[in-house]
Amino acid sequence: MGLDDIFTASVFASAIRLATPYIFAALGETFAQRSGVLNLGVDGIMLMGAFGGFYAVHLAQTAGVMAEPLGLLMGVLVALIVGGLMGLAMAFVSVTLKAKQGISGIGVYLFGLGLSELLFQQWVGTPKSVAGFPRISFPILTDIPILGEIFFHHNLLVYVAFALVPLSAFVLNRTTFGLMIRAVGQNPEAADAMGVSVTRVRYATTTIGGMLAGLAGASLSIALINLFQQNLTAGQGFIAVALVYFGGWRPLTVAAGAMLFSFVNALQLQIKVIGADIPSEFAVMAPYVITIIALVFATKRQEQPTALTKPYERGE
Amino acid sequence: MSDKHLLPTGHARIESLNMSGIVKRFPGVLAADEIDFDVRSGEIHALLGENGAGKSTLMKMLYGLYHPDEGEIRINDAPTTIKSPIDAIQHGIGMIHQHFMLVPSLTVAENIALGMKSSRGFQLDLDVVSQRVLELSDIYNLKVDPHLPIWQLAVGEQQRVEILRALYKGAALLILDEPTAVLTPQEVDGLFRILNQLAADGHGLVFISHKLHEVLEISHRVTVLRDGRRVNTIPTSEATRPKLAEMMVGRPVLLEYEKNAPNPRDERLALRDVSALSNRGTTGLDAVSLRLHGGEIVGIAGVSGNGQQELAQCITGLREVTAGSVTVDGSDVTNAPPAALHAIGLSYIPEERMIDGVIKEFSVAENYVLQDHGHPKYTTARIFMLFNKIRQACRRAIRLFEIKTPSTETLVKSLSGGNIQKLVLARELSRDPGVLIAAQPTRGVDIGATEYIHKQLLEERDKGTAILLISEDLDEIRALSDRIAVMYEGRIVGEVINENVDVEQLGLLMTGGG
Repeated sequence: MGLDDIFTASVFASAIRLATPYIFAALGETFAQRSGVLNLGVDGIMLMGAFGGFYAVHLAQTAGVMAEPLGLLMGVLVALIVGGLMGLAMAFVSVTLKAKQGISGIGVYLFGLGLSELLFQQWVGTPKSVAGFPRISFPILTDIPILGEIFFHHNLLVYVAFALVPLSAFVLNRTTFGLMIRAVGQNPEAADAMGVSVTRVRYATTTIGGMLAGLAGASLSIALINLFQQNLTAGQGFIAVALVYFGGWRPLTVAAGAMLFSFVNALQLQIKVIGADIPSEFAVMAPYVITIIALVFATKRQEQPTALTKPYERGE
Repeated sequence: MSDKHLLPTGHARIESLNMSGIVKRFPGVLAADEIDFDVRSGEIHALLGENGAGKSTLMKMLYGLYHPDEGEIRINDAPTTIKSPIDAIQHGIGMIHQHFMLVPSLTVAENIALGMKSSRGFQLDLDVVSQRVLELSDIYNLKVDPHLPIWQLAVGEQQRVEILRALYKGAALLILDEPTAVLTPQEVDGLFRILNQLAADGHGLVFISHKLHEVLEISHRVTVLRDGRRVNTIPTSEATRPKLAEMMVGRPVLLEYEKNAPNPRDERLALRDVSALSNRGTTGLDAVSLRLHGGEIVGIAGVSGNGQQELAQCITGLREVTAGSVTVDGSDVTNAPPAALHAIGLSYIPEERMIDGVIKEFSVAENYVLQDHGHPKYTTARIFMLFNKIRQACRRAIRLFEIKTPSTETLVKSLSGGNIQKLVLARELSRDPGVLIAAQPTRGVDIGATEYIHKQLLEERDKGTAILLISEDLDEIRALSDRIAVMYEGRIVGEVINENVDVEQLGLLMTGGG
């Protein structure tokens, strides 16, 4: 057994697939944090999105009322709506009611964790799988050796996630909306004085963040794992929040962080598969330990939103 | 200019703006009580008053941040309602806030583009904005590079960006809220040149200030506010410093102090090549040496952030000294803990009085004994506090220092800034210090309390205390100090005897020249 057995094409391919939910969730969280809202409820929103998406697809497929692609699209739509509503709730609590963001985020998490489980018990009962997004085979490209497996044989949501990375960078850096987001996160007083509604911008980003977290959940339940169970995400939403810090609030580096984390994760899975004599507990811990170490050494950056977690109040 | 009714930017002038009978109530406070105020094109109208007199409240109503409960605003004789800052900007009113409304991480152009419609829809048009910024900098002679991020600019440059932005948005009338508070003397001169040019070009300007000499120098008319009421509006040519001060405070105020000749005694405090890091880990203090004798006041002048805070903290044991030594009365106290320094007679009036000076949720009496709560005179066996004795001592201090508080049990957070500062002063002086470090002792404090604090410091000096006065207010430094040391980038770059000082020279030292 050598390095060849560990660094296989399938490890790289699975790293890319595993990165998908992190990229969706972390990009969404990047928008929220750049505007000054720390949403710790991402994991709960992911669970609700995962369940919503799963249930829609499950209904469509068991009743057979919809064609398969349409059913999957419904799943995505439901995940976006459910996630958006949860994001809106977070915005209401933290922006309008000015609650402490750390606490309200944990509230959103626990709410999502509990409700997704309750609804699952009530409406589905036992774990069932659905036919999720199929892998796409591209003509010629997929057949390229090694590269084909790594890059050109994934489901649709993987490509959507990666396409969102440059798009998010563009929105943040090159559009008027992005400028408002950055200004509101750095100096809400200044933004307010320039006629930018701090409330509206933060509602928008937190809702977008929720929608992307919902989609992140669906990318697990109807594309990657194709089932729903209690606490399906197992804390992935919290890792996504950490990745935003790790990536210095920039979409490209946030996505790079997600890739790094997923790669280590894919490696540990591979090590288990080939039965290397490393205790599997260490392997499972590795991605988290590496994330913590990386966070400790991540320095303060210019992009850090100085108004993060601070509710904005106009006044003297 | 071809059209007399247009400004150089091409926007229309505001020939006259009138506010009449303006009333604004906040819960429990009448912040504006039937105030009349007007500005004309080409005029610099100063709005003078103490903190809380209603200057900012009045102007925030003009800028749409607050809404008057009663009264009328007329622009060019047409009644106008200003609902929001956007509304104000559309009416040609711009405001330069005391704390700049700029986003440090964004560039000049991005800051100006913020909140404006882009010519390319949702996509930013920063090149178009930059072009226009350069045009305006030419017209108004306000040099600014639109591509630099704000955090790289000096304070005076940031202010120019603010002014440029207001002009960019078509401001005909500019409200400047305490615009000189953060500037060096040279920068103030530069600002005044800009303001005079703006007025000559037909802009109307409101200059909010509590500094008398600036008001006398720059304005055409002065309106004085006190406790939410307008005291009077007079042409500046008829105003004098004592007259304005009396209007502000409501009684005659001492503006120049009679100072006894300095009588320096033994050396009390000495710093030898003291270095320390700043909060950001960069050099905060760089080999600072300083001697302080009993019976003298040494002023530390400098622009904010040049090591003054680090200096005070190194002396008072709140920041680690990385090199050099601090001695008090000949004994080495380098990096000694604050309690040890208190014990040998060092007192400290901290710059951030609400953070380092008091615990605002504690009562006046509790704050009065923050260091001495374990002193034998306030305790039994140094453990059980004798609250009667504490209250008694506190009541005496309240009387002596004229602190306005309902009782010794009132929470400090409900007192005014001036009274909190008097409490801190009372506490520190009650400990009969040999050395007193006073950092920004009158910042944000009204003229009446300032006068009182200054008199106390001079009295303390005459009693033989060694006083280090750290202040960004040059007038304060000049009024009280015997010697003046200037700090720049963590070093003491010059030291002069106050009597033969030249303000121009001080200003140069403060900016690293000279």
